[in-house]
Amino acid sequence: MKFGVLVFPGSNCDHDTYNVISEIAKQPVTMLWHDSPNLENCDAILVPGGFAYGDYLRTGAIARFSPVMQSVKKFAADGGVVLGICNGFQILTEAGLLPGALMRNAGLKYICRQVYLRTETTNTPFTGTLKKGEVLKIPIGHMDGNYVCDAETLAALERDDRIVFRYSTAQGEISPEANPNGSLGNIAGILNEGRNVLGMMPHPDRSSESLLGSADGYRIFASMVLALQQNESRSPAVQEVAAR
Amino acid sequence: MKSESLPAAPQAATVTSELLAQHSITPSEYERIVAALGRTPSLTELGIYSVMWSEHCSYKSSRVHLKRLPTKSDRVVQGPGENAGIIDAGDGWACAFKIESHNHPSYIEPFQGAATGVGGILRDIFTMGARPLAVMDSLRFGPLTESKSTPREVIHKNHSIVEGVVHGIAAYGNCFGVPNLGGETRFEECYSGNPLVNAFALGLVRRDEIFYAKATGIGNPVIYVGAKTGRDGIHGATMASEEFKEGSEQKRPNVQVGDPFMEKLLLEACIEAMKTGAIVGIQDMGAAGLTSSSCEMGARGGVGLEMNLDHIPQRETGMTAYEMMLSESQERMLLVADKGREQEVLDVFAKWGLDATIVGTVIAEPRLRILHHGEIEADIPNTSLTDEAPLYHRPVGEWKAPVPAEPTKSALDKLGYEDQSSTRNHTDDLRTLLASANICSKRWVHEQYDSMVQTNTVQGPGAEGGVMRIKGTKRGLSMALDGNGRWCYLDPKLGASHAVAEAARKVACTGATPVAATNCLNFGNPEKPEIMAQLSNAIDGISEACIALGTPVTGGNVSLYNETRGEGIYPTPVLGIVGIIEDVAKTVPAAFQKAGDSVLLIAPAKLPTIEDRLREFGSSEYAKTILGELWGTPPSLDLSAEAALQKCLAEFADAGLLHSARDISDGGIAVTLAEGSFENGIGVSAHLQEGPDLPIAWQLFSETATQVIVTCDAAAVEKIRAIVSKHNSLLVQNIGETVKDRFRIQVNGKTVIDESVHGLQHVWAGALEAKLYDEVLA
Repeated sequence: MKFGVLVFPGSNCDHDTYNVISEIAKQPVTMLWHDSPNLENCDAILVPGGFAYGDYLRTGAIARFSPVMQSVKKFAADGGVVLGICNGFQILTEAGLLPGALMRNAGLKYICRQVYLRTETTNTPFTGTLKKGEVLKIPIGHMDGNYVCDAETLAALERDDRIVFRYSTAQGEISPEANPNGSLGNIAGILNEGRNVLGMMPHPDRSSESLLGSADGYRIFASMVLALQQNESRSPAVQEVAAR
Repeated sequence: MKSESLPAAPQAATVTSELLAQHSITPSEYERIVAALGRTPSLTELGIYSVMWSEHCSYKSSRVHLKRLPTKSDRVVQGPGENAGIIDAGDGWACAFKIESHNHPSYIEPFQGAATGVGGILRDIFTMGARPLAVMDSLRFGPLTESKSTPREVIHKNHSIVEGVVHGIAAYGNCFGVPNLGGETRFEECYSGNPLVNAFALGLVRRDEIFYAKATGIGNPVIYVGAKTGRDGIHGATMASEEFKEGSEQKRPNVQVGDPFMEKLLLEACIEAMKTGAIVGIQDMGAAGLTSSSCEMGARGGVGLEMNLDHIPQRETGMTAYEMMLSESQERMLLVADKGREQEVLDVFAKWGLDATIVGTVIAEPRLRILHHGEIEADIPNTSLTDEAPLYHRPVGEWKAPVPAEPTKSALDKLGYEDQSSTRNHTDDLRTLLASANICSKRWVHEQYDSMVQTNTVQGPGAEGGVMRIKGTKRGLSMALDGNGRWCYLDPKLGASHAVAEAARKVACTGATPVAATNCLNFGNPEKPEIMAQLSNAIDGISEACIALGTPVTGGNVSLYNETRGEGIYPTPVLGIVGIIEDVAKTVPAAFQKAGDSVLLIAPAKLPTIEDRLREFGSSEYAKTILGELWGTPPSLDLSAEAALQKCLAEFADAGLLHSARDISDGGIAVTLAEGSFENGIGVSAHLQEGPDLPIAWQLFSETATQVIVTCDAAAVEKIRAIVSKHNSLLVQNIGETVKDRFRIQVNGKTVIDESVHGLQHVWAGALEAKLYDEVLA
């Protein structure tokens, strides 16, 4: 099993994400430079937070054109596991790997603070070790995290159980007060149709050690490791069947 | 680049008194320039002297006094004089840190002024090879609400400065990717025309991988890296060395524009290039850009630099040598590489998509020689720009107390000083204080900052001190900023000592041992003897406190001429203190953690006399906010008791005795207890015992120094008493216990405050936003 962390010029959570995989999950991990299409046989791709290419135009608008993202699109289409965090989520929506868009926060300001998320589905490679309805304490840090999509997309997300996290109170209540940025339906994280790509605004990389205020985010990485291990334990022939 | 074939000297300028005035060069300074050069300067040379001899770059008014600061200890690896100070942080790590002002630009253009202030201090850190670990800011603004002395249009201007400064700091630091741990924000009328933006940064570097801003090795190539040079910021340093007059806003083009994305690339490229081992010396281009970086690196190495400006990457066409040498375009560095290995350095910058160009050579003659279009534009002895810059022993006046020592009769009556039966509502007083600009929650400010990137933040904004872990070790670094301009106005020396003591106390409350200091000295016009008296006394106060508390000053910055239309700011020295925690898992939080804990007050054994306490009460937030008066002096300060208290705090933390610790400062014990209650909804039931004839408000809200509130298990109380009893100068009082949701204080057996924690928190949490937006909404 090998993780790859994308590095764009302006990525600033690349080291944080790398650190969680290498020091806490204790799994092999490598940095993947933006201008190479080579994913170095990684089994999971992490698109970290930051300000790729400065994000002076629109968040993620330039990153989607980078050579590495062309390979990530193919990787995802083949069922590869991809997690986009914060700026990573923004890039994945711009690249068309996830539906909808992330607009400027409703309060028009950058917000950095701990928030609570309610787990809406465990049928994903990212939430397999969680319980449905479980509340996680994970921080946000963004200016553009206000999720929007059209009514049709929202209906599809809900129908297909592709909303993974919603902003909630500490008790798991979904309310306007618990919504930090104005996101539609308090949406904090969604899946693609294939259920192998997750984009989320909150930072599990910043909440993987209790010393830093919460270790809840680590449950997402631990779920990924478990899902990849289960995948590895299957024989290549079984995997091929599964891939069809 | 052979210079023999070129004309021997640059073309002399036509020097008139107007030209000198435009460059803020006095006639006697001009004589020194002619003597240093042995001829009439060229226009470019005059420009170079004007920036290097500006107050901002030369410290010509303050240097003779700064020499009195203590700068050495076993921990200090690098004291003042480099880009940043460095201390040994243990386990092979060193910590580079510094605080710097960007006051003048932030008044003229708040967003860019503050943003580039952050950019500048970050470059000071990573130019030494240190990756920035944290930043903090000390901010001073004018009032946010209308009053007799502050009309509506001034309030509106203040609002826009606050919005712009905070947004600028956030935009730059968030994109760059360095956590901001908050700092402190205060409001006083004197800052309306002169806001203060002091940016602190701290970085980590391996002890044996520190880089210095020193040019060596004759023949080594000089390389320019980073952003292209434009016409922005020309004469920024000179602007920062003048008072503001009508129309200073017209100087907006003097403020630079920041590009945090470029700075992030520059950081990564510099750190990667340093790892090649091919870099000899490196300095960022801050104030006076190309000029200061080249002559200072040459002067430190005892060599010269010859640069050909034809090779400088330029953003605009037709730039003259004068413009290039004085440009303050941001995100640029000058470095000296090992001859023969320059390609390794150039390759790293190419990978990050940055300009990197060889622009000159290290030469044996200790001169700064500038060529452009085949002509010599400047040829100056380096040291005449640096070490031999003018040094002024400006007249130091006699300092006089600016306000009466005693309160007026009306203040005494309001306080109920004569008549203890007066029926003041102390819960209302507490609410008023909690909602006041200086005490209310600064969440609106610090939630706009990314405080968690890099995943090292153990304690972020809102705690006593920011605490960062050092990855790969058990250690942590704790840091805090403090400065009370009002106290320094009432007594510059004592007020400055308090800034050191309080910043160090905050650091000690987190469980760290304070080890070093950095200072930013914000004052008015040094040509006035009374201002020099403030500066000189403040430096004495800092020196005394830093010696007593074992925190030598490793660097910092002086910002003078903080005056608008002749009105100076309060003298405002801001201190940054850094401390070390051996085991970061033992960090002590500032908020009460659970109900049923014992609440202890640790305070000096010797209290001031009643007369002294009345005088000291005049400097408090209560006097200012509720009584509307200012009198007397700051609280007295016993530095040996302070040092003992800080030792005790480290000992408590190391023994794991505490659940929380916070120092008593603005608003006194009542405000401190309230602030400790908010985060977890855990209040207190406290009983204060004092002389029955003292005003109750005085007991609740006086700001006596060297006091902390700690909470702990009942079983730990005796252990804490045993540690404190080793110091005669301190006493422990068990004043009550923590309780869920309720906030109750009794004085001499009588309940004087009884309120829900939530009710108090509500006024405290929303006050700043209310001041900023309510009028707009109404």
